[in-house]
Amino acid sequence: MEEGHVLSHSVQQSAAAYAIIHDKFGDAVTAFDANETMPFFEVLDTAVWPEIALFMRDNPKLKFNYMACLSGVDYQSEDKVGIVCNLESLGQLNHKIAVKVKCARTGGSIPSVAGVWHTANWHEREAYDLFGMLFSSHPDMRRILCPDDWEGHPLLKDYKVQESYHGIKVPY
Amino acid sequence: MQELDIAGMGSVRVTRKGNNVVILEKDLQTEQMVLAMGPQHPSTHGVLKLECLTDGEVVTHAEPYLGYLHRCFEKCCENVDYPAIVPYTDRLDYLAGMNSEFAYAITVEKLLDVEIPRRVEFIRVIVAELNRIASHLVAIGTYGIDLGAFTPFLFCFRDREIILSLLEWASGARMLYNYIWVGGLAYDVPADFSKRVMEFVTYFRPKTVELYKLLTENEIFVKRTRGIGIMPADVAINYGWSGPMLRGSGVKWDLRRNDPYSVYPELDFEVPVPDGKVSDIGDCLSRHLVRALEMDESLKIIEQCIDKMPSAEGFNARSAVPKRVRPKAGEVYGRAENPRGELGFYIQSDGKSTKPLRCKARSSCFVNLSAMKDLSKGQLIPDLVAIIGSIDIVLGEVDR
Repeated sequence: MEEGHVLSHSVQQSAAAYAIIHDKFGDAVTAFDANETMPFFEVLDTAVWPEIALFMRDNPKLKFNYMACLSGVDYQSEDKVGIVCNLESLGQLNHKIAVKVKCARTGGSIPSVAGVWHTANWHEREAYDLFGMLFSSHPDMRRILCPDDWEGHPLLKDYKVQESYHGIKVPY
Repeated sequence: MQELDIAGMGSVRVTRKGNNVVILEKDLQTEQMVLAMGPQHPSTHGVLKLECLTDGEVVTHAEPYLGYLHRCFEKCCENVDYPAIVPYTDRLDYLAGMNSEFAYAITVEKLLDVEIPRRVEFIRVIVAELNRIASHLVAIGTYGIDLGAFTPFLFCFRDREIILSLLEWASGARMLYNYIWVGGLAYDVPADFSKRVMEFVTYFRPKTVELYKLLTENEIFVKRTRGIGIMPADVAINYGWSGPMLRGSGVKWDLRRNDPYSVYPELDFEVPVPDGKVSDIGDCLSRHLVRALEMDESLKIIEQCIDKMPSAEGFNARSAVPKRVRPKAGEVYGRAENPRGELGFYIQSDGKSTKPLRCKARSSCFVNLSAMKDLSKGQLIPDLVAIIGSIDIVLGEVDR
């Protein structure tokens, strides 16, 4: 962060929330990225992600009870795929923060947080469908938008569409 | 010997001796049946398939299957320039195109340093609120049809047509507008637009009362919806519900108020939440009620915007539209209150390209629909129809 740069009120709130998480989990999370458009931190130790999620939801000073969005992202240059979760304390403390979790691009997996926020259930299925990372201990890990027997994961940057699907020519 | 179903006893096997019925066996296990509702079923409001496991009339499990209308919105976004995504956003929630464009435009503008002219902001709010009314009219009209009330549907579509004509006059299209651009608008509104909109507001205000009497207070309608599909507030938040669905559960949460954008902070309007007098909080009727009451609030907003809007003198709707949209590097999650809830866009920009690295649409219907499995457990089949109708899904937005 630049010296003398004044943070807006909402980013200060996010930074305060991050400080509580950092105190508890220490090196499992990265430093806080205090940008104005979407302040975030990243979870380095993916195994503790569900624990962090539960802590964020239930700690009385955090109360992130609402998952606004969970987006899959392809970090092709780092050879990783990941998710970005936009969390918010709806009607309680009214602060927001984004969390990133990454895993290996091929055969990687991230622990599921569907048990923490129900929203994550379908969103994780969507991320798996379009990016191919698995969510371990997800209650229902199936594709959701593409057919079950579709080949490949369409939102990967190097995705090549299959030639034919059940005898139907796919690329046109 | 015959099998009868006597209420409260499950299935029983009986035999008749003279005038007496003798029960031989009770609590018989009946056969479970798999019943596929959709994808071509009018009550699923598009191409949603619900695979229901039924025990007699009772649904024991319902599994939604989506994707029949998946058009790779997010993949398309990665291959076109930022302004070229606007027409795609129309096709997400095709009943509320203006609102989708609005959400997308304000998200990209967060990454750009543009100052939006005040008149543009007011026009955006006017068209978005008009579209909200049109969208709620479809929701209410088709909900009536789902439950067997045909007349309100005709009334709703008659009035919706007036709104669509107004929006067509402004943008050139009835439903897929491409009107709200990143940084501005495609055109200014026609000269007499404000006058015609005010005429519509005066015309429509008594109609909302009429619709309320015709449908919301209709005894059959109330019996079909009250106490059905109740969703408690904390579970609704955990499911990520938003919009009229969340407010139906009694949570006063409206992004126009709680995370304000555009000129909404200057406007005076209420956020209707059911008080539990005419409906049970969180049931289908509450969700319907919120939509019905919201239309009045939208009328209020439109009136105020027309009053406050700066004049068209020397106004250029495209003055702040960038020649080439190249946002700074970074990520943004922007959102707006759509008729169906929170429509959010997560956009990642590398700062060099004129195309987004990643553009995800967080669809309100997708999230609201995900609670269907829990809501449908133990309901009767006709109530399932009432619940799907009250969620008010648009499959274009669910499948993207």
